[in-house]
Amino acid sequence: MQVIVAEDISKKYIIDHQKAMRKSSTLRDTFSEKFKHFFGKGEQDEIEKEEFWALRDVNFTVEQGDRVGIVGHNGAGKSTLLKILSKITEPSAGKVTIKGRVASLLEVGTGFHPELTGRENIYLNGAILGMKKHEIKAAFDSIIDFAGVEKFLDTPVKRYSSGMYVRLGFAISAHLSPEILIIDEVLAVGDADFQKKCLGKMRDVSESGRTILFVSHNLAAVQSLCNRAFYFEHGQLKMQGDTTHVVNNYLSHVAKTNLEHYWETPEQGPGNDQVRFRTVRIDPDFQEGKNYIDVRTSVKVHIEFWNMLERADLNLSLHLYAFTGECIFNVGTTSQSFEKGLVTATLEIPGNFLNDGSYVISIMVVKDTSTVLFQLPEALSFEVEDHREGVTWYGKWPGYVRPQLNFQINQSEVLV
Amino acid sequence: MKYSEEVVIEAGHGAKNYWKDLWKNRELLWILSKRDLSVRYKQTAIGAAWAVLRPFATTVVMVFVFSKIARLKGDVGIPYPLMVLAGITIWNLFANTFTQISHSILINSNLVTKTYFPRLIMPLSSVIVGFIDFLISLFLYAVIAIWYQHPPNWQIILLPVFVLLSLLAALSFGLIFAVMNVRFRDIGQLIPFLVQIGFYVCPIAYSGKLVEANHDVWWYDIYYLNPLVSIIDGFKWCLLGDGAFFNIEHLYSAMGIIALTLGISIYYFRKEENSFVDYI
Repeated sequence: MQVIVAEDISKKYIIDHQKAMRKSSTLRDTFSEKFKHFFGKGEQDEIEKEEFWALRDVNFTVEQGDRVGIVGHNGAGKSTLLKILSKITEPSAGKVTIKGRVASLLEVGTGFHPELTGRENIYLNGAILGMKKHEIKAAFDSIIDFAGVEKFLDTPVKRYSSGMYVRLGFAISAHLSPEILIIDEVLAVGDADFQKKCLGKMRDVSESGRTILFVSHNLAAVQSLCNRAFYFEHGQLKMQGDTTHVVNNYLSHVAKTNLEHYWETPEQGPGNDQVRFRTVRIDPDFQEGKNYIDVRTSVKVHIEFWNMLERADLNLSLHLYAFTGECIFNVGTTSQSFEKGLVTATLEIPGNFLNDGSYVISIMVVKDTSTVLFQLPEALSFEVEDHREGVTWYGKWPGYVRPQLNFQINQSEVLV
Repeated sequence: MKYSEEVVIEAGHGAKNYWKDLWKNRELLWILSKRDLSVRYKQTAIGAAWAVLRPFATTVVMVFVFSKIARLKGDVGIPYPLMVLAGITIWNLFANTFTQISHSILINSNLVTKTYFPRLIMPLSSVIVGFIDFLISLFLYAVIAIWYQHPPNWQIILLPVFVLLSLLAALSFGLIFAVMNVRFRDIGQLIPFLVQIGFYVCPIAYSGKLVEANHDVWWYDIYYLNPLVSIIDGFKWCLLGDGAFFNIEHLYSAMGIIALTLGISIYYFRKEENSFVDYI
């Protein structure tokens, strides 16, 4: 059964260029504009208005019990869609039919008042989310237990740590019992333990046959939770279908990679009169069915350069930098004697070694193991996407590397 | 699974079950009012005493200025301070409620951008808050009336009518300002100014009899276009008894003006409320 049917929904915003600096227009502007128009003036300094379509002709249906992940860049229209579905803003055109009680969680702890105590805020937030007083009462103990704030129930929430605040907010919304749940990025906050709780709760919700729409940049969470996915780009629904398929497609568009450079002749290649590069290239050994690099993928770095020197002792040195600039490692080849001509080198970076993130490679040609002949600073760049199996935690995995090391655990004794 | 409701979201169509929704959300209405009331005096030393202290201090100053310095005469047989306090009580009900309604959407902008509920809940909760503040200052009036040994007459039973009219007037003007305030922050500057003017234009610190004495002057009819004038006169009449000036004929036109404004403002509010989030 279809619980959400969206037909050609669009949302248009008007952007005033002239007033771009101001947060809100003033009465005087409006009046003076009207005045100018009335007297036929204002043709030259007409406010330049630009239409911006946050959503354009979006069509989809959601079946009962579907868990839909919504992915896309910032500004692709995901949040606008959620706002329309939760009736916060109306579409400029089109129609949505929704069957069932909707609860939307666009923020954790909406309407929390800093001066009010935890207890008062539970009732306030619950009412804002559409719970009845008796429903909140019934869930009250379970909420404070889930949030772990028993001791601070009668403390104003302005004295809460940010973690407590978020936990309380999520705990309340976790006790909503809607038929359709709309969630925007709530997992982005909270510690690992708490995120695990949240995902567990969301799984419970979906297993009870309720429908979930879930916007997140956390693709690992989307893949684990959702059976379907929507991929938005520039306000349009670019792709929908099976989660893995859509996420793969999205990732292959997202990755800001620079995987290959090739220069046909030595004159074109970067370098000097001693060495010139011909090729730098990354060859990923993709996982089956994937077309992006994830933490399991091993990659080969191919380098080819022209050596213009007669009989020189050369070696290559390669630095791998994290996007933030830290050097992860530096490896060198052995130094060898080369004749004038092409030299080829290959480095294999194994899978299950780098953590997810963006990386940049720089390459140096070194003579006599001491003199740098030429350096190609940002020769290549690539992104490693996250992938997890057998874990229910989706927070950012810490560290620059994520090696799989032999880490044994055994029961050494059983207490009777 | 049986579905509790079906919702159709379409451009330019307000929610179909708006008034039903409003009723369903009455708990939210109450809890928002409770929030505003309980938050107000948090971290203050004398707390709710402010609700009494402010009208009391205003009365003392007004009595001093108008009675001792300007030597205005009140209605016969009515203690002047009591007349001023009655006027201030009803005026504050209107002015506080009006001001709060005008800001109700903006101060709740975090709710407007993140959740849906009939937006009329916010101004309506301001009405409740205004009413409860009023009850406190009415208590102050009762204490002072006992001090002056000036008990009310039978007219006291009509008091709720004028309280209701005053709240409706606050709602009808407030809704328009609340909507405009979302787009034009000028309104925030304008409101205290309007309230200040109103305080002097309305018969609060002086008796309506002084106005009536000028009934052949050009501004007389214009003066009574202000619906608050006869509401205030009527309220004073209810509390102070027959001695207080009240011309019931002016009340009919006031009621007509309020009904018309209320109709327009609710229509305007309903038309604009779905776009609040785009402009706030």
